[in-house]
Amino acid sequence: MSLLSASVSITRYKVEGQLETPILETIAAGLNKNVISEIDDRSLEKAVGWTSIEKPYQPDFTGSAFVYGNYLLFSLRIDRKTVAPKVVRKHVVIESDRRLAESGRPYLSRNEKERIRDQVMDRLNATVPSTPNIYDIIWNYEDAILWFFSNLKAANEELETLFLRSFDLTLIRLIPYMAAHYTSDLTDTEKDILLGLTQTHFTG
Amino acid sequence: MLDVAVAYNRFKFLGEEFLTWLWFVIEKDPVILKKADPDLTSLEIGNRIVLEKRHKRSVERITIKGENAGLEEAMLALQKGALVAELNLVYRSDEQKWQFTIKAESLNLSSFKIPKTAVSESPEDMEGFILEKIFLYDKILQFLDKLYKTFIKYRVATRWQKRDISLIKNWCRSVL
Repeated sequence: MSLLSASVSITRYKVEGQLETPILETIAAGLNKNVISEIDDRSLEKAVGWTSIEKPYQPDFTGSAFVYGNYLLFSLRIDRKTVAPKVVRKHVVIESDRRLAESGRPYLSRNEKERIRDQVMDRLNATVPSTPNIYDIIWNYEDAILWFFSNLKAANEELETLFLRSFDLTLIRLIPYMAAHYTSDLTDTEKDILLGLTQTHFTG
Repeated sequence: MLDVAVAYNRFKFLGEEFLTWLWFVIEKDPVILKKADPDLTSLEIGNRIVLEKRHKRSVERITIKGENAGLEEAMLALQKGALVAELNLVYRSDEQKWQFTIKAESLNLSSFKIPKTAVSESPEDMEGFILEKIFLYDKILQFLDKLYKTFIKYRVATRWQKRDISLIKNWCRSVL
């Protein structure tokens, strides 16, 4: 559980939009719809989905298992398989040589080479176990604020995409302008001034 | 509403000005800190500060790191027009200590450490254990939110041009 680590990273989001009531059931449905699927015996290279915070390898969103006080807690899991490029090259060369010997032709077409590479990747991916990466999420539904326990660009992008697909809600990263616009209680006039600001120079 | 990518690039300076202002507030106007969190005992610059000065086609980056590192070079960079790009802070409340790094361009937090809590001994204790951790993270996040809100309110008001800029300039000049 990354949120219990000795040192953490946090990216903050504003959640925009409203869920259908009953809210907890809608959220559970969104989580179940995109729950992580195991890819270890399959040819897939990557899987992205939701998982339970306490049991990330046995996701369970039944009842209110993801509710902790006023917060909703779950995790984003990204499983990825990595095959060393030299291993891929070796199997592609072996397979290409075998096809050439069988056909008696001196060369393979571009399409044939691509097909061989895809087949080799599928075969290798089916034998390689995936490496899971788990990133915790704390969602304060009432305040429409979400904390994501990672600053990694790729993980944040996966979160934003999956969140929209699962709940039909947009996550707005609270970068300086967005934090000023959404969470600083500015009046409309102040928001207009904000839009026109330019950098201050403290020298001179 | 601005697109995120546009907002990120165009208003990156807001985060840099915020951290620069925060350094000034820590040194010269700590009442603002106490207003944002009455539980605060102290807020200090921690083991890392990064400053950046943008030129037309390049960025000059100055990093000062290490416990008890002197901030003279950082101040010199500030005088030459650099702004704070990353700041490690140590927050204390009574005997408890939090430490974290905040990045100007994103306001993301990293190396975020909270006070130690009692270890959960049974699955039944887990919820309380997790909620206590959340409370400890939230304490700092709320504190930073209030400070950022204060900064933004000043920044869009006339007081920024009339008062705050000259105070920060004077502080820069007075240190070395």
